[in-house]
Formats: sequence, structure tokens, C-alpha cells
Amino acid sequence: MNLLLALQEPNTQWVLAGCMLLGISSGILGCFAFLRGRSLVGDALAHAALPGVCLMYVVTGSKSIGLFLIGAAVSGLLATYCIQMISRHSRIKEDTSLAITLSVFFGIGIVLLTWIQHSNNGNQSGLDKFLFGQAASLVGQDVYAMIIVSSLLIIVTALLFKEFKLLVFDSSFGRGIGLPMGFLDALLMLMLLVSVVIGLQAVGVVLVAAMLIAPSVTARYWTDRLGTMVILAGVFGALSGALGTFFSTQVKNLPTGPVIVLAATVFFLFSLLFSPKRGLLFRMIRFLQLRKKVLQEDLLQAMYEALEAEYIQSQRVSKGIHPSLLAGKTRKRERVVLHGLQILEKANLIRPVELPNRQTGWMFTPEGFEQAHELVLNQRLWDLYHMHETEYLSLGIDKNEDALLPQLSGEWQERMKQELESYNMTPKLAYKILFPQKWQPAEQRGVSV
Amino acid sequence: MNSFWIILTGALVASSCGFLGCFLILRRMAMLGDAISHAVLPGIVLAFLLTGTRDSLPMVIGASALGLLTVFLVQTLHQSGVKSDAAIGVTFTSLFSVGVILISLYTQQVDLDLDCVLYGEIAYVPWNTWEIGSLSLGPLAVWQVGIVFLISLAVIGLFYKQFKLCAFDPAMAAAVGIPVTLFHYLLMGLVSMTTVASFESVGAILVVAMLVVPSATAYLLTDRLHVMLILSIVIGTLCSVLGYSLATWLDSSIAGAMTTVAGFLFLLAFLFSPRHGLVFKKWAQRRIAAE
Repeated sequence: MNLLLALQEPNTQWVLAGCMLLGISSGILGCFAFLRGRSLVGDALAHAALPGVCLMYVVTGSKSIGLFLIGAAVSGLLATYCIQMISRHSRIKEDTSLAITLSVFFGIGIVLLTWIQHSNNGNQSGLDKFLFGQAASLVGQDVYAMIIVSSLLIIVTALLFKEFKLLVFDSSFGRGIGLPMGFLDALLMLMLLVSVVIGLQAVGVVLVAAMLIAPSVTARYWTDRLGTMVILAGVFGALSGALGTFFSTQVKNLPTGPVIVLAATVFFLFSLLFSPKRGLLFRMIRFLQLRKKVLQEDLLQAMYEALEAEYIQSQRVSKGIHPSLLAGKTRKRERVVLHGLQILEKANLIRPVELPNRQTGWMFTPEGFEQAHELVLNQRLWDLYHMHETEYLSLGIDKNEDALLPQLSGEWQERMKQELESYNMTPKLAYKILFPQKWQPAEQRGVSV
Repeated sequence: MNSFWIILTGALVASSCGFLGCFLILRRMAMLGDAISHAVLPGIVLAFLLTGTRDSLPMVIGASALGLLTVFLVQTLHQSGVKSDAAIGVTFTSLFSVGVILISLYTQQVDLDLDCVLYGEIAYVPWNTWEIGSLSLGPLAVWQVGIVFLISLAVIGLFYKQFKLCAFDPAMAAAVGIPVTLFHYLLMGLVSMTTVASFESVGAILVVAMLVVPSATAYLLTDRLHVMLILSIVIGTLCSVLGYSLATWLDSSIAGAMTTVAGFLFLLAFLFSPRHGLVFKKWAQRRIAAE
């Protein structure tokens, strides 16, 4: 009810519309800035607006918002030029040229501001208000201007989407096919500048930068496609704008700009933690799962190799393997090994046996043995592959895959197995050695234990 | 005498910032100073709300804590896959917003003006003196910034080789067994300490400028790290002297004038540096083309 009442007020509607549009356009442009590694450009441009605003006041003597915007745009343009000149024509990197431009422009602005304050007749108050932004004071006229400018920005981005995409991902290829990459880069900077200038009034110098960064970083967590990312960033920007406006109308003394930024930050934190692909939580889960899998495989392999060594030495295998032997072979702590063995037992891959010295040892179940055999075979095939990598280059093996054998054709499988034999690397343990009583000819097998 | 104290404070700030700025530039983290000086805002406000005083000690502690938190957050975000510039941007803007919101919510209790109290004004430095009994020991800011400067000089001096290697080739540094992360945090700790100590007395804009501009100027003039360090201190001091003169002439903000001078000196180096300057490079190109 409260919300509806608040929304019926025309002033709130204007502010809401303005902030949402701002969120959309800066979210969209922010994506390109982010991918181009220029997230902080917005910050620099926003600070660089100060001398322009002051000079405009000195020259015209009036405090019209329109003139201020023009002043801000002009000095922002100059700052853009400086940033690019400094990093192009000297060995100074882009981040440093950003910081230099930001601080020097702002310093000049401060000098002008104080000079005006000291030399003028007190008519100057409100100059700095412009820079710190007051979304709550947005009126119809401002919002009209914002609507026109943001729609222009959005339309230009839509029209030049393909070109900008090339610019951010592979600008030398773009240059190769004859696109004017320098011009596009400058255009992108110009559009960023425009979105910063219209945002200044609503959220202020520091926070306008956040509107460019936060929505695009957030969107990056949810997709790998630029089109989706741009749309998502627009949505996140608009949502942050709406939430910020809403909360600041509900609580007394709550400034709109910072709340918008906090809303955007909350979206970012949520994505940072819970995004399915990149989120910290799921990455942690995947990491733990991987660690569990590796531990199991290591143990199975170590057990297989221990038994194999016994078999090669004495042509027979003992009843079971003691955990300390596995710990030694895998170079893991005994506690970790015991934990892994428990997991394997639960998966019915191994079972406990009593050793002659009355201690508990472990032995494969038939399924466990088959898995271990496959693992060891796979491992040794990989070893072989790495020994003669050049011979297998033409096969197009994907080294990131776990299994090698399924990637080979039947002929190559045979060839590699023969080669394995010639190095005496074929896994020596066979089913019937471990389970003589359960072993039957192949066609009758498959009875699980 | 007042002019002397102001110039001395400016020179100390410029030197300690420029000195550390060299490493920031080499490690491509020039925007970090800007980030820290904004992000400490909630720390200052919280310190004020908790203690209810405007003494500098609690505020410096609050600010330092937030400065370190900023560095930590930036590093953590960066390690979890966010690009480092975006990590800096997200961190400092959100912390700054928290600060602004805190100020607005407690505006009746907080007699804080963003421009004057949070971010000091170098012109007031001579009046805030450190006194023990009846003995006046000179401006507090000089002591504060001076001590911080000495600490960073000592730390960098002790581990000069390690810092140098970490700045130029972190991978190699890690390979020869230098704890790169530790030195990273050590450097960042020094940066945030210097930032906090300086802006509390001279204002944020001067700190941000002095962290990058003198060291970037020095970077254009030399290829050797130790020369760069010394040059950045010299340039910083020059900015302080010239900036003060400019400010008295124009009757304007001293910090702003010092920054303007720094920018002007950078422009000179950018154009006329013997090896990396634009003019000489163009001249050399033309000569080659003529041959």
C-alpha cells in the first residue's frame, strides 16, 4: 500500500524513471567498458567533469544545468583524449594514465572552484551540489533529457553491436577486415562519457562509476554470451535503480544514489556466491567433489599397484593391503587415507579383510577391481602418450579429458596396447588372480557379489 | 613559519606517496590509492559514531581498518576471477556508498562535513599542533606523515631487492622463493597507512594525485628503479613548493594547486623527456625517415 502511494506521486515517478533509465544505459555500456578492461574510466571521467563545470560557470556566470552538462562533456572529452594520448605515446600503462588524468583534472577543478569561491560574490553555491548528485531533486525536464539521451545510447549500441563486439574481443581482427577500430574505440569512450555526464546529476561523481561497473560484472557471472550479458546488465541496472529509489522514498534521510549502488552491490555479491558456473559456492562444491574423486582414484590405483608388485615378485597376492602402505604410496596422511577407504567401502568398491597379523586390511570387490584396472590402464596409456606425444599428434587427443582409450579408434587402441606391452607396462593383475573362486569364462560373468 | 609548515607537510606527503606510488605504477595498480581514499569513509564515520569525538586517533584507526579491508577485498575478488580494475571499482564504490548512507542516516548526530572534516585541508595544518605539556612540537600532521614516511622508507629499504623483483616479475619472484603475497600485502599495508595518514591532514585529492603523478613523471625520466624512487621524491617536493606559490598567487586551494603543478610537471616530462618524451621521439623518427 505504502509502495503504491509512493508510486502515485509524480515526483517519485520521475525519479524512478530517471534512475531506471540510467541503470539500463550505463549497465549496457558498462559491459563493453568492462570487457575492454576500462571499468574505471567512468570514475576518471566523472572526476574530470569538475573543471568543465567550473569553467562554464566562470565563462557564462549562470548556473543552468544544461550549460553545466556541456561543460562537463567538454572537459570529459579532453580527459578521454588525455587518457588515450598518454598511454599511446609513452610507456605509461592505461591504469596509470587514468589515475593521472583523474587526479590532475580534479585538482585543476578544485583550484578553479576555490578561486571562484574566493573571488566571487557568493553566488557560486550549488556548483559542488551538481557533482555530488541529488536524484531526489530530478524534475520532469531532467528526466526528459535522460530519456532522450539514454535511448540514443541504447539505439547506437544496438546498431553497432557487432562492431563493438569485435572491438572488445579481437580488435586486431576487426582492423584486419577493414573496420575503423580507432573510431569505434573513440565512439565507445564518447558514449561512456555521455552516460557518465547524465548520471552525474542523479548519483554523483563517485557513484556514477559504480553504475558502469557493478551491473556488468554481475551479468558476467551468469553468461558467456555478450548479447545475454548486455541484456542482463541492463536488467540489473534497472532493478538497482528501482530498488534504490524505492528504499530512499521509504526511509527518511536516505540518499538515492548510494542506495542504488548498494542494491547493485547486493546483486553482485549474490552472483559472486551463487552463480551456478562461476559462483564461489558452486566452485567450492565442485572442488570438493573433485578432491573426493581424486582421492578415491589415487587409492584404487595405489592398491592395484601394490598388489601388482606383489604378484610380479612372488606370483601370488596377499589377502589385503594395510592402510599404512597406501598412505606411503600415495604420500597422503593416514587419516585422509582412512577417510578415502571408507568412501570406497560405501561405494562397494573395496571390502575390509583380516590380515594374518590380525590387523584390518582392504581388498577389492570385483567392481572395484575392474575400476582400478581401468584406471591404471588409462594412466599408463597417458604416460605412453606423453612419452611419444609427437607420434599421436595427428589423432587430435584432448588432453583435458580424463579417459584416453575412448578417444582412440580400434586400430590405434590395439597399437597403443602393443606398445604398452613392449615397455612392459601392461597392467599385470587379472580378474582370475584376485578372485579365482568367482572367476568364470567371460560369457557367464556378470554375477555381482 | 606557517608557509614553511604547509610546504613541509606537502613535501612529506608528496614524498611518501610518490615513493610508494612507483611500486603501484609498476604493478599496474595506480587506481588503488583513489579506491582506498574513498573506501575509508565508513571507517571514519563508524569511528566517529562509536567514540563520539572528532579526535584523529580513532578516525585514523577506523580508516586504516577499512583501508586494509579494501585491499583485502580487492585481492580476494581478483583471485576469485574478477578483473582487477572491476574489483577495485566494485569495492570502493560500495564502501563509499555505505559511508554516505551512514552519514545521511545519522546526520543529526554527525557533525561531519564531507569536504572539511573527513578530508582534511592542508591550509589548517599549522594550527593543529602536537603539544606535550606546554611544549609545542610543531604540527601534528608533520609528525604523523613523517613517521609513516620513515616506516615505509625502512620497510622498502630492508626488502628492496624483494620488492623490486615482485614489482617487475612476480612469477620469477615466486619461483626463487619470495613470498609474493606477503610482500603484496606489506606494500598494500604501507600504501593504505600512508593514504590514511596523509589525507587526514591534507585532503584526499592531494594523496591520490601524489601517489601517481610524481612517480609517473619519474618513470618517464629514467629506466632504473632506485633513480625513479629518488626522482619521485624530488618531484613531489618541487610540486609542494611550486604549488604553494601558485595557491597564494591565485588565492585558491593549496592541495588543488599542488596537484595542478604536478600535472604540469608530468606534461613537461611527457613532452620533453630525453628518452621517452614525445618531442624527442618524433624528432628521432623524423631523422630516421630523412635518412
